Amino acid sequence: MGGSDALGRLGLLTLWLCAVFPAAAIQEPSQRDSAVGLLPSPSMAGQPRRPITDYENDPFVVGIEEQLRCTCGCNLDVYTCRTTDFTCQTSPALHRQVISLVEQGKTAQEVIDEFVAQYGELVLMAPRKEGFNLVGYALPGMAIAIVGAWIVDYVRNARRGIRGVGCASARAGAFGSPSRCFRQSRVCVVAR
Amino acid sequence: MTILGQLALWLALLVAVWGSVVGIIGGVQGRAELMQSARRTAYALLGIISVASACLLVALLRHDFNVQYVWSYTSSNLPTPYVISAFYGGQSGSLLFWALILAIFAAAAQWLTPKRYDYLMPYVAAVTSMVTLFFVAVVLFASNPFERLPFTPPDGNGLNPQLQNPGMVIHPPMLYLGYVSITVPFAFAVAALITRRLDTGWLHAIRRWTIVSWVFLSIGITLGMWWAYVELGWGGYWAWDPVENASFLPWLTMTAFLHSVMIQEKRGMLKKWNMILIVMSFMLAIFGTFITRSGIISSVHSFAQSSVGYFFLVFLIVSAVALTWLLWTRFPYLTAESQLESMVSREASFLFNNLLLVGMSFSVLWGTMFPILSELVRGTQVTVGPPFFNQVNIPIGLALLALTGIGPLIAWRKASPRNLKRQFASPVVLALVVGAALYAFGLRDFYAGVAFVLGAFVLVTVAQEFVRGVGARHRLHGENYALAFARLVGRNRRRYGGYIVHIGVVIYFVGFAGAAFKKEMEASLKPGESVTMRSAFGYEYIFTHVGISQYEQLNRFVSAASVDVSRGDERLGVMTSEKRQYWDSFRQPTFQPATEAAIRSGLREDVYIVFAGSVDGTEEAVYRFTLNPLVWWIWYGGVVLVIGAVVTMWPGGGPTRASLRRAMVGYQVKLVDEAVAADGG
Repeated sequence: MGGSDALGRLGLLTLWLCAVFPAAAIQEPSQRDSAVGLLPSPSMAGQPRRPITDYENDPFVVGIEEQLRCTCGCNLDVYTCRTTDFTCQTSPALHRQVISLVEQGKTAQEVIDEFVAQYGELVLMAPRKEGFNLVGYALPGMAIAIVGAWIVDYVRNARRGIRGVGCASARAGAFGSPSRCFRQSRVCVVAR
Repeated sequence: MTILGQLALWLALLVAVWGSVVGIIGGVQGRAELMQSARRTAYALLGIISVASACLLVALLRHDFNVQYVWSYTSSNLPTPYVISAFYGGQSGSLLFWALILAIFAAAAQWLTPKRYDYLMPYVAAVTSMVTLFFVAVVLFASNPFERLPFTPPDGNGLNPQLQNPGMVIHPPMLYLGYVSITVPFAFAVAALITRRLDTGWLHAIRRWTIVSWVFLSIGITLGMWWAYVELGWGGYWAWDPVENASFLPWLTMTAFLHSVMIQEKRGMLKKWNMILIVMSFMLAIFGTFITRSGIISSVHSFAQSSVGYFFLVFLIVSAVALTWLLWTRFPYLTAESQLESMVSREASFLFNNLLLVGMSFSVLWGTMFPILSELVRGTQVTVGPPFFNQVNIPIGLALLALTGIGPLIAWRKASPRNLKRQFASPVVLALVVGAALYAFGLRDFYAGVAFVLGAFVLVTVAQEFVRGVGARHRLHGENYALAFARLVGRNRRRYGGYIVHIGVVIYFVGFAGAAFKKEMEASLKPGESVTMRSAFGYEYIFTHVGISQYEQLNRFVSAASVDVSRGDERLGVMTSEKRQYWDSFRQPTFQPATEAAIRSGLREDVYIVFAGSVDGTEEAVYRFTLNPLVWWIWYGGVVLVIGAVVTMWPGGGPTRASLRRAMVGYQVKLVDEAVAADGG
């Protein structure tokens, strides 16, 4: 009995250390004051918050959350929503879910895959680079490249036209009228 | 008052129908009295819509809560500036506000346009009347701000706390001014298409209008970023939200137009393209409004879903069909007068600048619409958020920044190797030196590094132009340097104003690049506790929680959390972030508590503190601390850009006789061409 009590106390102490120590480590508080007064109107200060732990600032957790969309309909990623919209109940829940998966030892990709399996592809902040989504990523760049190549080709052809036909014909008086010269050579500014 | 407002709207509808019809008939039949009548409808519409707007404003200021709109967006304890801004804070009021701005621009276009463009004006009046007709019809039949409730509530709902911000008082009108003023150049373009008078005359007529609408769009977008930064509390300014994208799209096409129009004026090229750009800008402005109003795409900015979206969809489809037909039938009249002679020329660089601007516009539109497309094709919903847009658009943006430096320095027609060496040797060398220095100081972010290097390149090219110009004036005219500078800019306002705009663009890019070095952390602190943070510039910030105070202020209850901030040994002062619980005149909470960030801006970095809440109702506060490098530069980039644009459009730099003669020559060539064609030649 005495042994189990001691073990229980040790367990409680370990839990307390797990919760408090990392938070203390990241905050590097200069001094600690245990006496903290209550606010006159606590309900007016927004949703009650829990003290910050090291998970809130963990770059690994933050990196995952920045790739996941909050499902409350705000269009923000989980990290931005939970650190911006302090009335949202969804993003803190998703944050806890991420932490629980991380604590299970899952990699970032495995955590993301779990979320996709549960909420669908909509939960990703950007579509995966596969299948039809590749069209989404590639089309703007390809369109610019194709039109750019077409412009270069068009100008080259036009330059050949200028050298071969335009001015020589104009000099030789081959055109019957100024307008025809304009139409055919496209380079002689006849009206001048 | 609401009855008068309703009557005014009905009258505006009838007058707009009249203006649309007589403008076209009068122009086609050449009947002077009808043309005159069409032009007068622009003034009449301004008067009538002003009366309707005044009625709504009076209802708002009198707190007439029997009017549904007044009840929905105000409360009796709302400060007066926000009561006025509630005019455009809701769906129906903003549509009426849109119609009012359009009426102002339409009347101003009739009043300010020189007489030599009288041949276009009845058609301009007809087009502006048609667009006004559409907006008045939407207000009357789909979203009427004068609808009354069956009873009179004792107080109103109040205005959304996020809209109770000085930025929100100015940002929407600026954006509306930008959107709406595109209608004027668009109306001139349509008038030129209808009359077949497609020389550069219409371009001269709209030159200032296009810059005006571009400036308003730029100011509106920048103020929107500023509002998002100070009010939304996430420490960012641009989230690629569909509605942000919608404002960016016409800005991109207008920017493309402002560049390509120079090629048409100088070389008589890109006539079809310029016409398409103006039409596209107008359509994108309407499309942006459709996105905001229809609710087809999920956005934090969206108004409530209503039948308004269908009106916009029909208007978009009808306009697209009519404009495509008009463009198609007039394309033969838009033949280029000369050809691009070399890929190494200013024309080519402007052409690629247009390609990138329109390509970026396409990529933003594509990303915005991709969720809908994905659902149609695959039956799967996807989210297209900032990671997608950044990946696709940052390289395009950087290429554009490079062209900002290259374009103005390359010679027209064909640049010689000597010209290239003379213009680019110093800028390239200095940009590389900047790049090497940044690398030596430890900069490793690729895109940010490229942005700084290209920014340096563009700044040196612009500085070189100013130095050479001032030097030439000093040598030739014996003017001192200050006078030479003033005269250089004053006598070439368009060119040097454009260079100032380019400096503004560089400053924007420097600010955007700063986002790569943002640092954030959350902390819960009891009074007297501190936390330290190191910024990208290597400064160590110490944040000490002072305490939380609660008090009443105006129409809200404030919980203010204060932090004492030091940078190294230097004390910066106390910064206070707030939670605001707004309430009505019966002290009933109206919305969820809103957060006000505390911001200390500086040339290097902003300190951005958000009070996230208290731990279990105690004085222990949860904070988010953000160190945002170079954000200040974005707002001042906007100021420089506007200064440059004002220089560009400053009165007195109208078309010269020579340029008008060139315009008429192009037109005469076309007439000869038509005559030859008619002869069967």
